[in-house]
Amino acid sequence: MNDHKNPIILLLMITLCIAVTTVTTERQTVHAFSPQVIQHGAVGEDVIELQSRLKYIGFYTGPIDGIFGWRTYWALRNFQYEFGLEIDGLAGQTTKNKLVKATKFDRNSVQTEQEKSQGSNQSNKAPEKGNTGNTTSINQTPQGYSQNDIDLMANAVHGEARGEPYEGQVAVAAVILNRVNSPTFPNTIAGVIFEPRAFTAVADGQIYLTPNETSKKAVLDAINGWDPTGNATYYFNPDTATSAWIWTRPQIKQIGKHIFCK
Amino acid sequence: MFRWILISILSLAIAGTAFWGYKEHQEKNAILIQAENTYQRSFHELSYHMDMLHDKIGTTLAMNTKDRISPQLVEIWRLTSEAMSNVGQLPLTLLPFNKTEEFLSNIGNFTYRTAVRDLDQEPLSDQELKSLQNLYKQSGEIKSELRQVQKNVLENNLRWMDVQLALATADEQMDNTIIDGFKTVEKKVEGYAEANEKSNVLGTVSQTHSFKNLDEKKISKQEALKLGKSLLNKNTSQLQVVKSGKGADVPTYTISYEDDNKTAYVDVTEQGGHPLSLLVSREIGKQELSLHEGLVKAEDYIKKHNFTDMKLFRSSQYDTIGVYSFLHHQDGVRVYSDAIEIKVALDDGEILGMASRNFFMNHTKRDIPNPELSSDEAKDMVNPNVTIHEEYLSIIDNDLGEEVLTYEFLGTMGNDTYRIFINAMDGREEKVEKVSKSAANVAYTGILTRLIG
Repeated sequence: MNDHKNPIILLLMITLCIAVTTVTTERQTVHAFSPQVIQHGAVGEDVIELQSRLKYIGFYTGPIDGIFGWRTYWALRNFQYEFGLEIDGLAGQTTKNKLVKATKFDRNSVQTEQEKSQGSNQSNKAPEKGNTGNTTSINQTPQGYSQNDIDLMANAVHGEARGEPYEGQVAVAAVILNRVNSPTFPNTIAGVIFEPRAFTAVADGQIYLTPNETSKKAVLDAINGWDPTGNATYYFNPDTATSAWIWTRPQIKQIGKHIFCK
Repeated sequence: MFRWILISILSLAIAGTAFWGYKEHQEKNAILIQAENTYQRSFHELSYHMDMLHDKIGTTLAMNTKDRISPQLVEIWRLTSEAMSNVGQLPLTLLPFNKTEEFLSNIGNFTYRTAVRDLDQEPLSDQELKSLQNLYKQSGEIKSELRQVQKNVLENNLRWMDVQLALATADEQMDNTIIDGFKTVEKKVEGYAEANEKSNVLGTVSQTHSFKNLDEKKISKQEALKLGKSLLNKNTSQLQVVKSGKGADVPTYTISYEDDNKTAYVDVTEQGGHPLSLLVSREIGKQELSLHEGLVKAEDYIKKHNFTDMKLFRSSQYDTIGVYSFLHHQDGVRVYSDAIEIKVALDDGEILGMASRNFFMNHTKRDIPNPELSSDEAKDMVNPNVTIHEEYLSIIDNDLGEEVLTYEFLGTMGNDTYRIFINAMDGREEKVEKVSKSAANVAYTGILTRLIG
């Protein structure tokens, strides 16, 4: 078996094996939902199952993306309404039981948006996901921000503060957002970041380094409302700052190497 | 023989070096020019936009038909935003451009406010007309000042890169025309800032309720440390306390620690010792809790910290982190500005963060009037193509930064979900917000993908 050179055959065999095991386990456990109550904003395998089942009976018409968004929410409420359940938009045990009774679900016949976009060369990983439960990586972005905004900010944060403690990185991201909201700075994230001489990382090209996961997490925290700086719009490194003007700004506090100010 | 080989190798090496040096020089020049071009473009565009702005404000003043004024104001608004983006392209530390940007922002706010309102019912007041005339005069002076700088730049072939270099070397030879010209502009605007405040229409940033509901009592550094101990679950010996500087909106103590696998901080106000922001950072293991179970943890936490009448507004899962937003409810009316965010690790349910700055900044006991419209009357104000599914009574900040009581309708049109706020007093459509993004926008790649393992 291990000698197989042809990956397609190997893939087929794995898929087949797993399909068989899933079918048998399905019979034993009746359904594959984990016991959790699924609520708006959740991501993962349970949401994929929920969307597939709702789609099966025509309540859900959106893509199977594993993200419990508004379309899933309305579909679920509609289902609860039609089946005489309490309309709360939560997929609890009763709702899930009803759904399982009314619909069919086979994880292997469902291809999620992520798997589609990952392309065929990686699809041999897909069957594993059906087995391991909640490990599919599904990403959602906070409302009002596109992935591009987050990536651009992560680039800037990484370039400016990659050696800083985590809250120092959140702080830099927060300053960018505070500047967008301030009348004295450009009104867009790109405008603030690319404002010449505003960020040294932009000036010396460090912004084009590939950001790591920490900087992305820091950007998400800042967008979600965390601001360790207390509304600062400027910061500087006291060891390397060349402008005397920056020292005249009223300071708020120091985080890591950076002093944050108004 | 060997000698000739050596000579040819050496001469080749010299020629190669020369060629390389020339290339480098060319590339450097290309980049310099590119940068210079960007600056020049922004600068010239700025002059142009200021010119247009001046003209448009002028024509608005001359107009009398209300149907035309609104689009005109929108046009002015657009121009100010263009001009602001131009200012944003120019070197920041060259000179403090703040005042110029603020001036543009003021024009923008004024025109936006007047353009979005129904001028048939509420025409421009005398005071607003006066403000507009004032803006007209000011924009005229700024315009001619900018034109003067522009003229000098063109005539003397001045370069922004030279300005930049002069600044970088920090020499005191500051007789640079561009710098001087802009300093004049900035001074002019500074003069206006004061005059504007008196007219009372401009620059009213909603600072009306800033932390006015904090406890009177001031806490000491020792008390802050004690608070930090209970909030961060650490011994006082491991904690550091720092007081905020004079730039802070509200004086705070920051209590923080850093150990092998965790770093954390919490900001508490000096007045009353309220926690404003708390963040714990650590590696998060495999997901064990659902988003829903995380919510229970979050609810317990805010109850434990004496926030009352908070209800879940939104929950989102980012891989193994749950983020929950809660809104304060007063007599069944939800208050958008009094919001708290809680972040929960979905591996063991630990609270990783709390952002309650907005809550403490805005929270107060409000006098909520009885709505004058019934919910059905308010529904009639909504676009008939929207199917309404849920409704609430909510207090929001409208475009003018005032708190208003509204009927909030959550509805769908096509595949999109909208939040529509109808003023409960006069039926004005205060805000329409699209809350769902099309699935294509939701990221398939990127964030947090490899965090699990």
